[in-house]
Amino acid sequence: MEFLWAFVIGGLICVIGQLMLDLFKLTPAHVIVSLVVIGAFLDSFGLYDKLIKFAGAGATVPITSFGHSLLHGAMAEANQHGYIGLAMGTFTLTSAGITSAILFGFIVALIFKPKG
Amino acid sequence: MGSINDPKQYKKNIKAFHPKTNYFVSCLKAFIVGGFICLIGECIEKFYLAFTDFNQNTVGNPTVATLILISSLLTGFGVYDKFGQFAGAGTLVPVTGFANSITSAALEHKSEGVVLGIATNLFKLAGAVIVFGVVSAAVFGIIRLTINNLLG
Amino acid sequence: MKLGKQSWRFSNAVYLASTGTTAGPLEKQGPIGTEIDKTYDKLHCGEKNWEAAERTLMREAVDICLKNVNKKPEDVDFFMAGDLLNQVVTANSIAKEHQIPHLGMFGACSTSMQTLALAAQFVDSGFADSVLTAVSSHNATAERQFRYPTEYGGPRPKTATFTVTGAGASLVSKKESPIRITEATVGRVIDWGIKDVNDMGSAMAPAAADTITHHLEDTGREPSDYDMILTGDLSSVGSPILREIMWDRGIDINGVHQDCGLMIYSPNQPVFAGGSGAACSAVVTYSYVANQLKRGKLKRVLVVATGCLHNPIIIQQKESIPCIAHAVVLESIGGE
Repeated sequence: MEFLWAFVIGGLICVIGQLMLDLFKLTPAHVIVSLVVIGAFLDSFGLYDKLIKFAGAGATVPITSFGHSLLHGAMAEANQHGYIGLAMGTFTLTSAGITSAILFGFIVALIFKPKG
Repeated sequence: MGSINDPKQYKKNIKAFHPKTNYFVSCLKAFIVGGFICLIGECIEKFYLAFTDFNQNTVGNPTVATLILISSLLTGFGVYDKFGQFAGAGTLVPVTGFANSITSAALEHKSEGVVLGIATNLFKLAGAVIVFGVVSAAVFGIIRLTINNLLG
Repeated sequence: MKLGKQSWRFSNAVYLASTGTTAGPLEKQGPIGTEIDKTYDKLHCGEKNWEAAERTLMREAVDICLKNVNKKPEDVDFFMAGDLLNQVVTANSIAKEHQIPHLGMFGACSTSMQTLALAAQFVDSGFADSVLTAVSSHNATAERQFRYPTEYGGPRPKTATFTVTGAGASLVSKKESPIRITEATVGRVIDWGIKDVNDMGSAMAPAAADTITHHLEDTGREPSDYDMILTGDLSSVGSPILREIMWDRGIDINGVHQDCGLMIYSPNQPVFAGGSGAACSAVVTYSYVANQLKRGKLKRVLVVATGCLHNPIIIQQKESIPCIAHAVVLESIGGE
């Protein structure tokens, strides 16, 4: 069941992105940015956490979870250190994702050649 | 409708000449491919839960890193952009799309050198995601923190 | 000699003495692939980066064009060339290599006919005995300059066009040869408010219509006086729009209109609405069309090269796309 919900919820978030592309004629960059902001917003009231509990990777793999993780990490620190904590905690939960994206991107760029 | 030779109405009058987008088909493709990527993510997650000491709260880290590795390699082999044209948002929205935007920009600017080419352009496309993520997290964070403080 | 408002008639005989064309792998597999002088199986054309590959395409096209008539670069008076890259770097590099007095040209995808018209005018007026022209475009150099990195997976809509990888060169001279250049019409910049760079066919159709309309007025001809009215890169979206605009003006070009962007690829190739780019009109005109004219299968052709004169910055600033079209008339002097 977990696998099915991961597929369905993940797929539905992509459908929202597709509708932004097709219906609202947004550029890919605008679609991604919008989804990140929506993800951050849904962190409020723990909504996104409920979605993760329900759909697992279906909620953590789409880019919406990036916005959620940024805010989630920031709020965790903020509970201890107040407003300064927001800045301290922003990247705590997304560190693995950003670091691996930079590292793998860099290594792949060194090794491969663009194919066109 | 008016004449097609009216420059002011041109944009409206030529709509009939544009190929129709089949919303259902494009959404179905996005759903299946995007869902499939999340399904792979779920499998990777289950793998790490079973064979490593990551728990339910931390398993997202290796899962996302693994997907990013796969996506970076597919970009290097020159196939991710082909998937992207087929799947639309299906390959754009998952974190693999984020990795693709970083790797493709780095790869494309390789010819201008490692520092000025690869490193400078790495965040050419993905930079917007991080900027908006951080700014929106700060805005929502400040609002939530202020409300929490006010409510005591 | 000036003809009407914006056309020229070359009263002294001016000829398209030679042509040279090169192209990449997708163009090779296209319907006119066998007509192209030299094709490459790899998009890199054996070079280390895309820009170098584009230079190779133009260098080879120029070499083939000169070799066809046993000429050396020093036998040519002037070189007029352009491409789509910033500061027309490809053309400038080739001009540096060949050391022919050089005029860099930019008319985006209309550069092919811009250079041909001016070359013909130079020869007609006696300011040159022979002028070499060349244009090039490369799918990957254009992608990375105007759009996204080539490996980026962001999808493009169906109205988008696909930049042709290739180059076309031509030698214009007084020496009699099978193809004569008889008239040219210089286009005006037309902008009917299209802002979508993924819909250049719609943006350019009014520019093509303007140039064709004025050409017919200036020369006093009818569309039926031509065997073919060939537009540069209007694609499957812009072509029917052009025919509709002309029909609405009371000019029926339905029977004679063709588009290079639709001739260079077959419909089952993954090229969205069709080909575009400076090389699109040049490769088709200087290979397939030139061969048909040489054999006398086509008698008189109006080539209308269309171009979008925007850059990525003004598009992001929400400006609309200024477009232009230049036309040149090519006539077969007999054939068999």
